[in-house]
Amino acid sequence: MTTLTSASKTWPARQPIVFLVLAAGAWLALYQTLEPAAEALVAAMPVDRASHLGGALQFFFYDTPKVLLLLTGVVFVMGMINSYFTPERTRALLAGRSEGVANVMAASLGIVTPFCSCSAVPLFIGFVQAGVPLGVTFSFLISAPMVNEVALTLLFGMFGWKVALLYLGLGLSVAIVAGWVIGRLKMEAYLEDWVRDMPKMAAQFEEIGMTLADRIQGGFSAVREIVGKVWPYILVGIAVGAGIHSYVPEDYMASFMGREAWWSVPLAVVIGVPLYSNAAGVIPIVQALLAKGAALGTVLAFMMSVIALSLPEMIILRKVLKVRLIATFVGVVATGILLVGYVFNAVL
Amino acid sequence: MDIKVLGTGCANCKATIALIDQIAKAKGVAVKLEKVEELRDIMGYGVMSTPGVVINGKVVHAGGIPSREKVEQWLAVA
Repeated sequence: MTTLTSASKTWPARQPIVFLVLAAGAWLALYQTLEPAAEALVAAMPVDRASHLGGALQFFFYDTPKVLLLLTGVVFVMGMINSYFTPERTRALLAGRSEGVANVMAASLGIVTPFCSCSAVPLFIGFVQAGVPLGVTFSFLISAPMVNEVALTLLFGMFGWKVALLYLGLGLSVAIVAGWVIGRLKMEAYLEDWVRDMPKMAAQFEEIGMTLADRIQGGFSAVREIVGKVWPYILVGIAVGAGIHSYVPEDYMASFMGREAWWSVPLAVVIGVPLYSNAAGVIPIVQALLAKGAALGTVLAFMMSVIALSLPEMIILRKVLKVRLIATFVGVVATGILLVGYVFNAVL
Repeated sequence: MDIKVLGTGCANCKATIALIDQIAKAKGVAVKLEKVEELRDIMGYGVMSTPGVVINGKVVHAGGIPSREKVEQWLAVA
Protein backbone atom coordinates (compact mmCIF):
# COMPACT_ATOMS: atom_id res chain seq x y z
CA MET A 1 0.00 0.00 0.00
CA THR A 2 1.42 3.39 -0.89
CA THR A 3 1.13 6.23 1.53
CA LEU A 4 -1.08 9.15 0.56
CA THR A 5 0.49 12.52 -0.11
CA SER A 6 0.30 14.77 2.92
CA ALA A 7 -2.09 17.14 1.17
CA SER A 8 -4.85 14.55 1.08
CA LYS A 9 -4.10 12.71 4.36
CA THR A 10 -7.01 12.50 6.72
CA TRP A 11 -6.32 12.97 10.43
CA PRO A 12 -6.29 9.26 11.38
CA ALA A 13 -3.43 8.88 8.94
CA ARG A 14 -1.50 11.72 10.49
CA GLN A 15 -2.10 10.68 14.11
CA PRO A 16 -2.59 6.91 13.99
CA ILE A 17 -2.09 6.19 17.67
CA VAL A 18 -4.38 8.98 18.83
CA PHE A 19 -7.01 7.74 16.41
CA LEU A 20 -6.79 4.16 17.65
CA VAL A 21 -7.12 5.17 21.30
CA LEU A 22 -10.05 7.50 20.63
CA ALA A 23 -11.77 4.94 18.42
CA ALA A 24 -11.47 2.25 21.09
CA GLY A 25 -12.89 4.59 23.70
CA ALA A 26 -15.80 5.65 21.50
CA TRP A 27 -16.57 2.03 20.65
CA LEU A 28 -16.68 0.98 24.29
CA ALA A 29 -18.86 3.93 25.25
CA LEU A 30 -21.28 3.17 22.44
CA TYR A 31 -21.44 -0.47 23.44
CA GLN A 32 -22.51 0.42 26.98
CA THR A 33 -25.43 2.49 25.79
CA LEU A 34 -26.96 -0.21 23.61
CA GLU A 35 -29.17 -2.02 26.09
CA PRO A 36 -30.65 1.09 27.75
CA ALA A 37 -31.12 2.65 24.31
CA ALA A 38 -33.04 -0.38 23.05
CA GLU A 39 -35.31 -0.38 26.10
CA ALA A 40 -35.93 3.35 25.73
CA LEU A 41 -36.81 2.91 22.06
CA VAL A 42 -39.35 0.20 22.78
CA ALA A 43 -40.80 2.16 25.68
CA ALA A 44 -41.40 5.07 23.31
CA MET A 45 -43.44 2.87 20.98
CA PRO A 46 -47.14 2.11 21.38
CA VAL A 47 -46.38 -1.51 22.27
CA ASP A 48 -46.64 -3.48 25.49
CA ARG A 49 -43.12 -4.40 26.51
CA ALA A 50 -44.25 -7.73 27.96
CA SER A 51 -46.05 -8.81 24.80
CA HIS A 52 -44.57 -11.00 22.06
CA LEU A 53 -44.17 -7.99 19.81
CA GLY A 54 -42.57 -5.96 22.59
CA GLY A 55 -40.09 -8.74 23.30
CA ALA A 56 -39.28 -9.20 19.63
CA LEU A 57 -38.74 -5.48 19.10
CA GLN A 58 -36.45 -5.13 22.11
CA PHE A 59 -34.43 -8.13 20.91
CA PHE A 60 -34.12 -6.61 17.46
CA PHE A 61 -33.24 -3.09 18.62
CA TYR A 62 -30.64 -4.36 21.05
CA ASP A 63 -29.05 -7.11 18.99
CA THR A 64 -28.82 -5.36 15.63
CA PRO A 65 -26.58 -2.46 16.66
CA LYS A 66 -24.74 -4.72 19.09
CA VAL A 67 -23.79 -7.23 16.44
CA LEU A 68 -23.00 -4.53 13.87
CA LEU A 69 -20.82 -2.71 16.39
CA LEU A 70 -19.01 -5.90 17.36
CA LEU A 71 -18.52 -6.84 13.75
CA THR A 72 -17.18 -3.42 12.78
CA GLY A 73 -14.71 -3.51 15.66
CA VAL A 74 -13.52 -7.03 14.98
CA VAL A 75 -13.32 -6.63 11.19
CA PHE A 76 -11.35 -3.41 11.62
CA VAL A 77 -8.83 -5.04 13.96
CA MET A 78 -8.59 -8.10 11.74
CA GLY A 79 -8.12 -5.85 8.73
CA MET A 80 -5.09 -4.40 10.48
CA ILE A 81 -3.79 -7.84 11.52
CA ASN A 82 -4.30 -9.10 7.96
CA SER A 83 -1.86 -6.52 6.70
CA TYR A 84 0.86 -8.35 8.65
CA PHE A 85 -0.06 -11.77 7.30
CA THR A 86 -0.03 -11.57 3.56
CA PRO A 87 -0.30 -14.86 1.64
CA GLU A 88 3.37 -14.40 0.72
CA ARG A 89 4.45 -14.27 4.33
CA THR A 90 2.21 -17.18 5.31
CA ARG A 91 3.69 -19.20 2.52
CA ALA A 92 7.22 -18.35 3.62
CA LEU A 93 6.37 -19.43 7.15
CA LEU A 94 5.03 -22.79 5.99
CA ALA A 95 7.40 -23.78 3.19
CA GLY A 96 9.51 -26.81 3.90
CA ARG A 97 8.22 -27.37 7.44
CA SER A 98 7.53 -30.93 8.53
CA GLU A 99 3.92 -31.99 8.79
CA GLY A 100 2.18 -32.07 12.11
CA VAL A 101 3.50 -28.76 13.38
CA ALA A 102 3.00 -27.27 9.94
CA ASN A 103 -0.64 -28.38 9.90
CA VAL A 104 -1.26 -26.59 13.19
CA MET A 105 0.48 -23.47 11.92
CA ALA A 106 -1.35 -23.56 8.61
CA ALA A 107 -4.75 -23.89 10.26
CA SER A 108 -3.94 -21.05 12.67
CA LEU A 109 -2.59 -18.84 9.91
CA GLY A 110 -5.79 -19.48 7.99
CA ILE A 111 -7.58 -17.38 10.56
CA VAL A 112 -5.41 -14.28 10.21
CA THR A 113 -4.48 -14.39 6.53
CA PRO A 114 -6.93 -12.55 4.30
CA PHE A 115 -8.77 -15.00 2.11
CA CYS A 116 -11.35 -14.61 -0.61
CA SER A 117 -12.66 -17.82 -2.13
CA CYS A 118 -11.78 -16.67 -5.63
CA SER A 119 -8.15 -16.55 -4.50
CA ALA A 120 -8.32 -20.14 -3.28
CA VAL A 121 -6.81 -21.53 -6.43
CA PRO A 122 -3.96 -19.08 -7.08
CA LEU A 123 -3.11 -19.39 -3.42
CA PHE A 124 -3.15 -23.18 -3.56
CA ILE A 125 -0.83 -23.22 -6.54
CA GLY A 126 1.43 -20.61 -5.03
CA PHE A 127 1.83 -22.72 -1.91
CA VAL A 128 2.53 -25.89 -3.88
CA GLN A 129 5.11 -24.09 -6.01
CA ALA A 130 7.02 -22.98 -2.96
CA GLY A 131 7.17 -26.45 -1.52
CA VAL A 132 4.47 -26.27 1.11
CA PRO A 133 3.37 -29.92 1.59
CA LEU A 134 -0.04 -30.81 0.14
CA GLY A 135 -1.63 -31.72 3.47
CA VAL A 136 -0.44 -28.46 5.04
CA THR A 137 -1.91 -26.47 2.15
CA PHE A 138 -5.19 -28.24 2.73
CA SER A 139 -5.15 -27.41 6.43
CA PHE A 140 -4.92 -23.78 5.39
CA LEU A 141 -7.60 -24.13 2.73
CA ILE A 142 -10.05 -25.67 5.19
CA SER A 143 -9.49 -23.24 8.04
CA ALA A 144 -9.34 -20.01 6.02
CA PRO A 145 -12.93 -19.80 4.81
CA MET A 146 -14.45 -21.61 7.76
CA VAL A 147 -12.77 -20.10 10.80
CA ASN A 148 -13.06 -16.45 9.95
CA GLU A 149 -13.65 -13.40 12.08
CA VAL A 150 -17.16 -12.81 10.74
CA ALA A 151 -18.34 -16.27 11.78
CA LEU A 152 -16.69 -15.98 15.18
CA THR A 153 -17.98 -12.50 15.86
CA LEU A 154 -21.52 -13.36 14.87
CA LEU A 155 -21.47 -16.48 16.99
CA PHE A 156 -20.09 -14.51 19.92
CA GLY A 157 -22.52 -11.65 19.50
CA MET A 158 -25.57 -13.81 19.12
CA PHE A 159 -24.86 -16.93 21.13
CA GLY A 160 -22.14 -16.08 23.61
CA TRP A 161 -18.42 -16.62 23.95
CA LYS A 162 -18.64 -20.35 24.71
CA VAL A 163 -20.24 -21.15 21.37
CA ALA A 164 -17.76 -18.95 19.55
CA LEU A 165 -14.80 -20.55 21.31
CA LEU A 166 -16.15 -23.99 20.55
CA TYR A 167 -16.54 -23.19 16.88
CA LEU A 168 -12.98 -21.87 16.83
CA GLY A 169 -11.53 -24.91 18.57
CA LEU A 170 -13.49 -27.48 16.61
CA GLY A 171 -12.94 -25.70 13.32
CA LEU A 172 -9.19 -25.62 13.86
CA SER A 173 -9.21 -29.30 14.85
CA VAL A 174 -11.03 -30.31 11.70
CA ALA A 175 -8.62 -28.25 9.61
CA ILE A 176 -5.52 -29.66 11.30
CA VAL A 177 -6.55 -33.30 11.34
CA ALA A 178 -8.18 -33.37 7.91
CA GLY A 179 -5.17 -31.68 6.35
CA TRP A 180 -2.82 -34.06 8.11
CA VAL A 181 -4.83 -37.10 6.99
CA ILE A 182 -4.85 -35.92 3.39
CA GLY A 183 -1.10 -35.41 3.65
CA ARG A 184 -0.63 -38.99 4.88
CA LEU A 185 -2.60 -40.29 1.92
CA LYS A 186 0.18 -39.05 -0.37
CA MET A 187 -2.10 -37.87 -3.12
CA GLU A 188 0.32 -35.54 -4.89
CA ALA A 189 -0.25 -37.58 -8.03
CA TYR A 190 -3.80 -36.28 -8.14
CA LEU A 191 -2.83 -32.70 -8.73
CA GLU A 192 -3.51 -31.70 -12.29
CA ASP A 193 -0.41 -32.25 -14.41
CA TRP A 194 0.07 -28.63 -15.32
CA VAL A 195 0.22 -27.70 -11.65
CA ARG A 196 2.97 -30.17 -10.93
CA ASP A 197 4.82 -28.93 -13.98
CA MET A 198 4.81 -25.35 -12.75
CA PRO A 199 8.26 -24.07 -11.94
CA LYS A 200 9.31 -24.27 -8.33
CA MET A 201 9.48 -20.94 -6.62
CA ALA A 202 11.46 -19.76 -3.70
CA ALA A 203 9.27 -18.80 -0.80
CA GLN A 204 11.07 -15.63 0.19
CA PHE A 205 9.14 -12.43 0.04
CA GLU A 206 10.05 -8.80 0.32
CA GLU A 207 8.82 -6.94 3.32
CA ILE A 208 6.91 -3.99 1.88
CA GLY A 209 7.22 -1.20 4.38
CA MET A 210 3.85 -0.41 5.87
CA THR A 211 3.21 2.32 8.35
CA LEU A 212 0.61 2.14 11.11
CA ALA A 213 -1.41 4.67 9.13
CA ASP A 214 -1.43 2.31 6.14
CA ARG A 215 -2.64 -0.52 8.31
CA ILE A 216 -5.44 1.66 9.66
CA GLN A 217 -6.46 2.29 6.05
CA GLY A 218 -6.45 -1.48 5.64
CA GLY A 219 -8.80 -1.73 8.59
CA PHE A 220 -11.13 0.84 7.05
CA SER A 221 -11.27 -0.92 3.68
CA ALA A 222 -11.93 -4.23 5.38
CA VAL A 223 -14.90 -2.70 7.22
CA ARG A 224 -16.25 -1.09 4.04
CA GLU A 225 -15.88 -4.31 2.12
CA ILE A 226 -17.04 -6.86 4.68
CA VAL A 227 -19.56 -5.08 6.86
CA GLY A 228 -20.79 -3.27 3.77
CA LYS A 229 -21.54 -6.59 2.13
CA VAL A 230 -22.84 -8.51 5.08
CA TRP A 231 -25.12 -6.15 7.01
CA PRO A 232 -28.36 -7.09 5.18
CA TYR A 233 -27.84 -10.72 6.17
CA ILE A 234 -27.34 -9.68 9.76
CA LEU A 235 -30.53 -7.64 9.79
CA VAL A 236 -32.47 -10.56 8.37
CA GLY A 237 -30.82 -12.96 10.77
CA ILE A 238 -31.64 -10.95 13.82
CA ALA A 239 -35.17 -10.26 12.64
CA VAL A 240 -35.66 -13.99 12.18
CA GLY A 241 -34.17 -14.61 15.61
CA ALA A 242 -36.38 -11.98 17.18
CA GLY A 243 -39.46 -13.49 15.61
CA ILE A 244 -38.56 -16.99 16.66
CA HIS A 245 -37.64 -16.12 20.21
CA SER A 246 -40.94 -14.49 20.76
CA TYR A 247 -43.39 -16.42 18.65
CA VAL A 248 -42.37 -20.00 17.85
CA PRO A 249 -42.91 -22.54 20.63
CA GLU A 250 -39.90 -24.15 22.29
CA ASP A 251 -38.59 -27.54 21.26
CA TYR A 252 -40.13 -27.33 17.83
CA MET A 253 -36.91 -28.58 16.27
CA ALA A 254 -36.00 -31.01 19.01
CA SER A 255 -37.90 -33.88 17.50
CA PHE A 256 -35.73 -34.20 14.42
CA MET A 257 -32.63 -32.27 15.29
CA GLY A 258 -32.30 -32.96 18.97
CA ARG A 259 -29.43 -35.07 20.14
CA GLU A 260 -31.51 -38.19 20.60
CA ALA A 261 -31.85 -38.51 16.86
CA TRP A 262 -28.48 -40.09 16.03
CA TRP A 263 -28.98 -39.51 12.34
CA SER A 264 -29.41 -35.77 12.75
CA VAL A 265 -25.66 -35.08 12.59
CA PRO A 266 -24.97 -36.92 9.31
CA LEU A 267 -28.13 -35.44 7.89
CA ALA A 268 -27.02 -31.95 8.85
CA VAL A 269 -23.60 -32.46 7.26
CA VAL A 270 -25.04 -33.94 4.08
CA ILE A 271 -27.55 -31.12 3.70
CA GLY A 272 -24.78 -28.62 4.29
CA VAL A 273 -22.44 -29.84 1.56
CA PRO A 274 -24.32 -28.64 -1.52
CA LEU A 275 -25.51 -25.49 0.21
CA TYR A 276 -23.24 -22.53 0.09
CA SER A 277 -23.33 -19.41 2.08
CA ASN A 278 -20.92 -17.05 3.66
CA ALA A 279 -20.73 -17.05 7.43
CA ALA A 280 -23.28 -14.27 7.83
CA GLY A 281 -25.90 -15.86 5.63
CA VAL A 282 -26.04 -19.12 7.54
CA ILE A 283 -26.48 -17.47 10.91
CA PRO A 284 -30.25 -16.88 10.60
CA ILE A 285 -30.68 -20.58 10.07
CA VAL A 286 -28.38 -21.40 12.98
CA GLN A 287 -30.36 -18.98 15.11
CA ALA A 288 -33.64 -20.61 14.23
CA LEU A 289 -32.41 -24.15 14.75
CA LEU A 290 -30.75 -23.47 18.09
CA ALA A 291 -33.58 -21.48 19.54
CA LYS A 292 -36.00 -24.25 18.94
CA GLY A 293 -34.25 -27.24 20.38
CA ALA A 294 -31.71 -28.46 17.87
CA ALA A 295 -28.62 -29.83 19.55
CA LEU A 296 -25.60 -27.52 19.46
CA GLY A 297 -23.26 -30.13 17.98
CA THR A 298 -25.63 -30.79 15.10
CA VAL A 299 -26.06 -27.11 14.38
CA LEU A 300 -22.32 -26.35 14.44
CA ALA A 301 -21.74 -29.33 12.14
CA PHE A 302 -24.31 -27.94 9.75
CA MET A 303 -22.74 -24.50 9.82
CA MET A 304 -19.24 -25.81 9.21
CA SER A 305 -20.45 -28.03 6.40
CA VAL A 306 -22.18 -25.15 4.65
CA ILE A 307 -19.21 -22.80 4.87
CA ALA A 308 -16.25 -25.15 4.45
CA LEU A 309 -17.58 -27.34 1.67
CA SER A 310 -18.97 -25.22 -1.10
CA LEU A 311 -19.90 -26.30 -4.58
CA PRO A 312 -18.52 -23.13 -6.22
CA GLU A 313 -15.16 -23.68 -4.56
CA MET A 314 -15.07 -27.33 -5.64
CA ILE A 315 -15.78 -26.30 -9.21
CA ILE A 316 -12.91 -23.85 -9.12
CA LEU A 317 -10.61 -26.38 -7.45
CA ARG A 318 -11.37 -28.80 -10.28
CA LYS A 319 -8.97 -26.74 -12.36
CA VAL A 320 -6.06 -27.79 -10.18
CA LEU A 321 -7.13 -31.05 -8.58
CA LYS A 322 -8.24 -34.29 -10.13
CA VAL A 323 -11.67 -35.53 -9.14
CA ARG A 324 -10.33 -38.20 -6.82
CA LEU A 325 -8.46 -35.65 -4.74
CA ILE A 326 -11.47 -33.37 -4.56
CA ALA A 327 -13.63 -36.29 -3.50
CA THR A 328 -11.07 -37.23 -0.84
CA PHE A 329 -10.99 -33.64 0.36
CA VAL A 330 -14.77 -33.49 0.69
CA GLY A 331 -14.90 -36.92 2.30
CA VAL A 332 -12.23 -36.27 4.90
CA VAL A 333 -13.57 -32.86 5.87
CA ALA A 334 -17.16 -34.09 6.01
CA THR A 335 -16.09 -36.96 8.25
CA GLY A 336 -14.19 -34.58 10.50
CA ILE A 337 -17.20 -32.32 10.82
CA LEU A 338 -19.38 -35.35 11.51
CA LEU A 339 -17.14 -36.47 14.35
CA VAL A 340 -17.13 -32.96 15.76
CA GLY A 341 -20.92 -32.93 15.76
CA TYR A 342 -21.19 -36.27 17.53
CA VAL A 343 -18.51 -35.67 20.11
CA PHE A 344 -19.98 -32.36 20.96
CA ASN A 345 -23.50 -33.66 21.35
CA ALA A 346 -22.20 -36.49 23.51
CA VAL A 347 -20.08 -34.28 25.73
CA LEU A 348 -22.64 -31.61 26.44
CA MET B 1 -0.44 2.10 -20.88
CA ASP B 2 -0.96 -1.61 -20.80
CA ILE B 3 -3.10 -2.78 -17.89
CA LYS B 4 -4.00 -6.37 -17.17
CA VAL B 5 -6.44 -7.42 -14.49
CA LEU B 6 -5.82 -10.94 -13.23
CA GLY B 7 -8.75 -12.89 -11.91
CA THR B 8 -10.88 -15.96 -12.44
CA GLY B 9 -14.07 -13.97 -12.90
CA CYS B 10 -15.49 -13.32 -9.46
CA ALA B 11 -17.31 -10.13 -8.54
CA ASN B 12 -14.19 -8.38 -7.19
CA CYS B 13 -12.32 -8.90 -10.44
CA LYS B 14 -15.16 -7.44 -12.48
CA ALA B 15 -15.45 -4.51 -10.09
CA THR B 16 -11.72 -3.82 -10.44
CA ILE B 17 -11.93 -3.66 -14.22
CA ALA B 18 -14.98 -1.42 -14.06
CA LEU B 19 -13.22 0.88 -11.61
CA ILE B 20 -10.05 1.23 -13.72
CA ASP B 21 -12.10 1.74 -16.86
CA GLN B 22 -14.26 4.40 -15.24
CA ILE B 23 -11.33 6.37 -13.80
CA ALA B 24 -9.33 6.11 -17.04
CA LYS B 25 -12.25 7.51 -19.02
CA ALA B 26 -12.84 10.27 -16.48
CA LYS B 27 -9.21 11.33 -16.68
CA GLY B 28 -9.03 10.86 -20.44
CA VAL B 29 -6.07 8.47 -20.14
CA ALA B 30 -5.65 5.97 -22.96
CA VAL B 31 -5.30 2.47 -21.56
CA LYS B 32 -5.29 -0.97 -23.04
CA LEU B 33 -7.34 -2.86 -20.50
CA GLU B 34 -7.18 -6.62 -20.61
CA LYS B 35 -8.64 -9.39 -18.48
CA VAL B 36 -6.48 -12.41 -17.73
CA GLU B 37 -8.58 -15.36 -16.61
CA GLU B 38 -6.41 -18.36 -17.42
CA LEU B 39 -4.89 -19.72 -14.21
CA ARG B 40 -1.65 -20.62 -15.93
CA ASP B 41 -1.16 -17.03 -16.97
CA ILE B 42 -2.19 -15.65 -13.60
CA MET B 43 0.34 -17.88 -11.85
CA GLY B 44 2.96 -16.74 -14.34
CA TYR B 45 2.91 -13.36 -12.62
CA GLY B 46 3.40 -14.94 -9.22
CA VAL B 47 0.14 -13.54 -7.93
CA MET B 48 -1.50 -15.45 -5.10
CA SER B 49 -4.54 -13.33 -4.31
CA THR B 50 -6.87 -12.12 -6.97
CA PRO B 51 -7.78 -9.63 -8.27
CA GLY B 52 -4.30 -8.69 -9.37
CA VAL B 53 -3.30 -5.68 -11.45
CA VAL B 54 -0.32 -5.68 -13.82
CA ILE B 55 0.80 -2.42 -15.45
CA ASN B 56 3.28 -2.57 -18.33
CA GLY B 57 4.37 -6.00 -17.18
CA LYS B 58 4.82 -5.20 -13.51
CA VAL B 59 2.53 -6.41 -10.70
CA VAL B 60 1.30 -3.35 -8.84
CA HIS B 61 -1.52 -4.82 -6.78
CA ALA B 62 -2.80 -8.17 -5.52
CA GLY B 63 -5.78 -9.02 -3.37
CA GLY B 64 -9.05 -7.14 -3.03
CA ILE B 65 -10.36 -4.25 -5.08
CA PRO B 66 -7.74 -1.49 -5.28
CA SER B 67 -8.68 1.83 -3.72
CA ARG B 68 -9.64 4.77 -5.88
CA GLU B 69 -6.52 6.67 -4.80
CA LYS B 70 -4.30 3.84 -5.92
CA VAL B 71 -5.88 3.59 -9.36
CA GLU B 72 -5.60 7.36 -9.80
CA GLN B 73 -1.94 7.23 -8.87
CA TRP B 74 -1.25 4.55 -11.46
CA LEU B 75 -3.06 6.49 -14.15
CA ALA B 76 -1.38 9.76 -13.19
CA VAL B 77 1.98 8.35 -14.28
CA ALA B 78 0.70 7.77 -17.84
